[in-house]
Amino acid sequence: MAIQKDNLKCTIAGIESINPFWLASAPPTDKYTNVVRAFEAGWGGVVWKTLGEDPAVVNVSSRYGIHKNRNHIVGMNNIELISDRPLQTNLDEIIRVRKEWPDRVIIGSMMAVIEERAWKELAVKIADSGVHGIELNLGCPHGMCERGMGSAIGQVPEMVEKVTRWVKDVVDIPVFTKLTPNITNILWSAEAAMKGGCDAVALINTVNSITSVDLDLMAPTPTVDGKGTHGGYCGTAVKPIALNMVAEIKRNTDTKDLKISAIGGIETWKDAAEFIALGAHGLQVCTAAMLYGFRIVDDMIAGLSNWMEEKGYQSIEDFRGMAIPNTVDWNALNMNFDTKAKIDQDSCIECGRCHIACEDTSHQAIEFNVADDGKRTFTVIDDECVGCNLCMHICPVPDCIEMVEVDNGLEYMNWSNNPLNPLNN
Amino acid sequence: MALEPCNPVTGRPLTTNQLKQNFTDLHKPLNFQQALEESDRCLYCYDAPCIQACPTSIDIPTFIHQIRSDNTSGAALTILSENIMGGTCARVCPTEVLCEQVCVLNVSHQQPVEIGLLQRHAVDTLISNTNKHPFKRADSTGKTVAVIGAGPAGLSCAHRLAMLGNDVVVYEAKEKSGGLNEYGLAEYKMVDNFAQKEIDFLLQIGGISIKNNQKLGVSISLSTLQEKYDAVFIGVGLGTTYRLGLDKEESQGISDAVDFIETIRQTKDKSQIQVGNDVVVIGAGNTAIDAAVQAKKLGTENVTLVYRRGEQHMSATDYEIELARKNGIVIKTWLTPSKIIADEHIAQIECTKTELINDKLTETVFKETIKCDMLLKAIGQTLNDSDLVDLEIEKSKIVVDNYQTSIQGVYAGGDAIKSGEDLTVQAVEDGKQAAIAIDKHLRGEL
Ligand SMILES: Cc1cc2nc3c(=O)[nH]c(=O)nc-3n(C[C@H](O)[C@H](O)[C@H](O)COP(=O)(O)OP(=O)(O)OC[C@H]3O[C@@H](n4cnc5c(N)ncnc54)[C@H](O)[C@@H]3O)c2cc1C
Ligand SMILES: Cc1cc2nc3c(=O)[nH]c(=O)nc-3n(C[C@H](O)[C@H](O)[C@H](O)COP(=O)(O)O)c2cc1C
Ligand code: SF4
Repeated sequence: MAIQKDNLKCTIAGIESINPFWLASAPPTDKYTNVVRAFEAGWGGVVWKTLGEDPAVVNVSSRYGIHKNRNHIVGMNNIELISDRPLQTNLDEIIRVRKEWPDRVIIGSMMAVIEERAWKELAVKIADSGVHGIELNLGCPHGMCERGMGSAIGQVPEMVEKVTRWVKDVVDIPVFTKLTPNITNILWSAEAAMKGGCDAVALINTVNSITSVDLDLMAPTPTVDGKGTHGGYCGTAVKPIALNMVAEIKRNTDTKDLKISAIGGIETWKDAAEFIALGAHGLQVCTAAMLYGFRIVDDMIAGLSNWMEEKGYQSIEDFRGMAIPNTVDWNALNMNFDTKAKIDQDSCIECGRCHIACEDTSHQAIEFNVADDGKRTFTVIDDECVGCNLCMHICPVPDCIEMVEVDNGLEYMNWSNNPLNPLNN
Repeated sequence: MALEPCNPVTGRPLTTNQLKQNFTDLHKPLNFQQALEESDRCLYCYDAPCIQACPTSIDIPTFIHQIRSDNTSGAALTILSENIMGGTCARVCPTEVLCEQVCVLNVSHQQPVEIGLLQRHAVDTLISNTNKHPFKRADSTGKTVAVIGAGPAGLSCAHRLAMLGNDVVVYEAKEKSGGLNEYGLAEYKMVDNFAQKEIDFLLQIGGISIKNNQKLGVSISLSTLQEKYDAVFIGVGLGTTYRLGLDKEESQGISDAVDFIETIRQTKDKSQIQVGNDVVVIGAGNTAIDAAVQAKKLGTENVTLVYRRGEQHMSATDYEIELARKNGIVIKTWLTPSKIIADEHIAQIECTKTELINDKLTETVFKETIKCDMLLKAIGQTLNDSDLVDLEIEKSKIVVDNYQTSIQGVYAGGDAIKSGEDLTVQAVEDGKQAAIAIDKHLRGEL
C-alpha cells in the first residue's frame, strides 16, 4: 500500500482529496471489489463506472483493441458500454464504500437519454448515495452515442450546456462535465459546460478510433462474431491530445478559471506533473491501471512528491499552471532563435541513424565519413543545420546529440512583428 | 585397454539419454516471441558495420527489421539471396568475430544483437514451412558446368549457377554431400540432420544433379571434365591433415581430430563411439576445440588440450576457448608433443615446454608427461594437391584471379583457395562469386 504524502493533499472543485490521483470511470471502478482494492492500493478517489437508468446495458465480447509498439502497448481502444449492472446494486455498493473509506473520494458518473426528467431523476438517486460529486459522461464515442447519449450529446455545445444545467439544478454537490475530444474545438464544449454551471470539466474521454484490422478476418479489432466497430482510444498515445486540450482551456480568457480534472494517457508521475503544470487540479487514470494494476499509484505518489520536494514546491498549487504563460501561439515564437545539433563524438556509437534521417528527410546536414580503420564519423555541418532536432530524437544514445543555442546576433522577432507578415504591410 | 565412455562423476558409461542430452543444440533456437524481442534490440543502423563484417554481405539490419514487422519469410529471402546456406552459417559462424563483433551496441557496452540466432530463426521458419523454393531460375543459357566437391563452396556455386540459368553436375568423392557441413562441423551445432535438409532445400531450385562417390583423380579427371563441360569449378576443400612427425604415430589410439569428428557426425547411436578416458588434443584452432568438447560430451573423464604457444596465439575464438573451459577441458599452453609412449596402444604423451626467444618458438629442456589413451591431432589441414597437378598452387592454395585458376575455364573457391578465413561462410561467398564470374564468362561478358 502506498504511503500517502502530505504535500499531495489537494482540493478539486471544492472536494478535498488525500492525493490528486483518481481512477477514471471505467472497468477499474466498476464495482465494490475493484474500488476497495484501489483504495487499499492508495488511490485518492474514483469516478464510479458510468451509471444509467435500468434496464442495464448488455456488453459484447471481446471489448478491447490494442495498438502496440513492439511489446509495449501505446494505446488501447474499447467498445464497452456503461455499467451493465442494475442501478440499485451500484448505489448500494457506493453507500457501503463511502462508509468504509470516509477519507476517499467517490464521484458518481452518469449518462441518460436526452430528456430532462431522465437526467434529473438519475442525478438525484446518485447524489443520495452519498457521492462527493457527479460526473456527466458526455463523451462515450461508441454504442451510447448511437442511442442519442454519450458523444452524441457532448458534440453539441447547446446540449452540453443544457444537460449540465439540468443536473446542477437538482443536486447540491459539485458537478463535473466530462468532455469528448471528438470535436473540432474543445473550447466550444468547455464554454458550454461553464455556461451550464459546471463546477469542473473532466477531459478527455476516449478518442474515436479503429486500432487495427485483422487481416485474416478482414475486420476491425476487436472482432465480435466476425464484425468490428470503431471504439474509444486511450492510453499513453492520447496524452498529447489531452495535454493540448487542457492547455487550450487554461489559455483561453473565458475558460481559464475552470477547474480541470485531467484525463488521458497518464501513466507515471511525470505525466501527472505535466498536466498540473498546464493547470489541471486533479488527475484521472484508466488505461495505465488496466494494464499494470492499481499498484502503479505507488510510483505516482512517491515520484510526484519527491520531485516536488526537490523543486521546493510545498503543494501542487505551487506549480499548477506554471507552464501556461509559456504556452503560446506559434506567432509568438522567436523566429530568430537559433540552435544547432552537436554530436558528442565520445558517446557516439556510429549507428548512422542521424545521418540517414537528416540526409533523406531533412537538410543533408550530417556528414558521414569512414576512416581507413573503419571508424565511422558523423559530423554536423553547421551551415546546413536548421536546428529541427530530428536527429537528437532519433539518436539511440541518451544525451549524445544536443541542440546548442547559437548566437546569431539577431534580435527577438516573431511572426507578428516580422516584415514578411502580410498583415504588417 | 578398455575404451568405454565414462561418466566423469560416476565413472560409469553415460546412458543413451545423457548422451542425447549432451549433443542437443549448443544454442537453443529462438521462439517467435524471443525473436521479436531480440529483433527489437537492433538499432537499424544505416550502412551498418555488420553488413561489412559478413563475408556474404547479408543486409542484416533489413532482415532483422523484417522479422520485427512479422515478415519472417521476407527476412529469410534477404538472407538467402546473399547466402544460400544462411541456415548453416547461422549455426556455425563465429559471429563473435564477424557481424556481432562490430554491432554498435558493443560500443555502448551492451550485448550485441544475437544476429546468428535471428538469422537461424528466419531461415528455419522458411525452410520448415514451405516446400516451394523461393528462387526462380533465369532463362536457360544452354550451358552446363561441372562442380567438383559438394561442400559449401561447391553447392553455393551450383545453386547460383542454376539460378543464373545454367545446368550443373556436381562430382562428390563421398557418399553424402555437404562436405564439412555433413562431416566436420560439431554435432551440437548441426543437430537434426540439418546439413541434408539444407541440401534438399537448395536442390529444389532444379538444374543441379549430384554424382556421389566420384572422386577427381580416381573415377574422373580434370581434362575430361574440361572437355565435357562448358566450365569447371573446384571446391575440394582441404583433404590432407598435417602429421606430428613423431615415432609411433601409427599406434592405436592416435587419430586425426577431423576423423574423430566425422565418426561422431556419422554415428547415430553415440554410445557406439570409442573414446578414451584420458584424451589429449593437440592444436589450437576451432577443430581442436570441437574435438575436445565433443570428446568430453561423449563422457571422457580428462580432456587436455595441448598447444605449443600461448592462449593469445590460439586461432580458436575467445568464445570457443571459453566453451572448452566451461566443458571442463584443461588447456595447456607453451607445450609441444615430443614423444609418444606406446606399446601397441598409446599410453602417455611426453611434451616439451616451449618459450619465445627473440620471437622464435624454442623448445626448453623441461618435459611433462601426460597420461593419454587417445590422442587427437588437430594441427591443421592442407590442400590435397595430388589430383590438381596441372594447376598453379602457391603455399598449398590454388592460385586464382577472380576465382579463375591458372587454367582458363577452370575456377576454384572455398578452403582450397586463399580468400578470407577458412570458414563455411567464406566458402559460400566464394561459390557465389565464382558462379557469377563463370556465368559472365559463359555469356561472353568477361
Ligand atoms: C572440424 C572442423 C570444424 C569446423 N567448424 C567450423 C565452424 O564451426 N564454423 C565455420 O565457419 N567453419 C568451420 N570449419 C571450416 C569449414 O568447415 C570450412 O571452411 C568449409 O567447410 C570449407 O568449405 P569447402 O566447400 O571449401 O570445403 P569442404 O567443406 O571441405 O568440402 C569439400 C568437398 O569436396 C569433396 N572432395 C574433396 N576432394 C575431392 C575430389 N578429389 N573429388 C571429388 N570431391 C572431392 C569433399 O568430400 C567435400 O565434400 C570447420 C572445419 C573443420 C575441419
Ligand atoms: C474499457 C473502458 C471503459 C470506459 N468506460 C467509461 C465509462 O463508462 N464512462 C466514462 O466516462 N468513461 C469511460 N472510459 C473512458 C475513461 O474514463 C478515460 O476517460 C479514458 O480511458 C482516458 O484515460 P486513460 O488514457 O487514462 O485511459 C472508459 C475507458 C475504457 C478503457
Ligand atoms: S537538427 Fe535537423 S537539420 Fe540539424 S543536423 Fe539534426 S536533423 Fe539535420
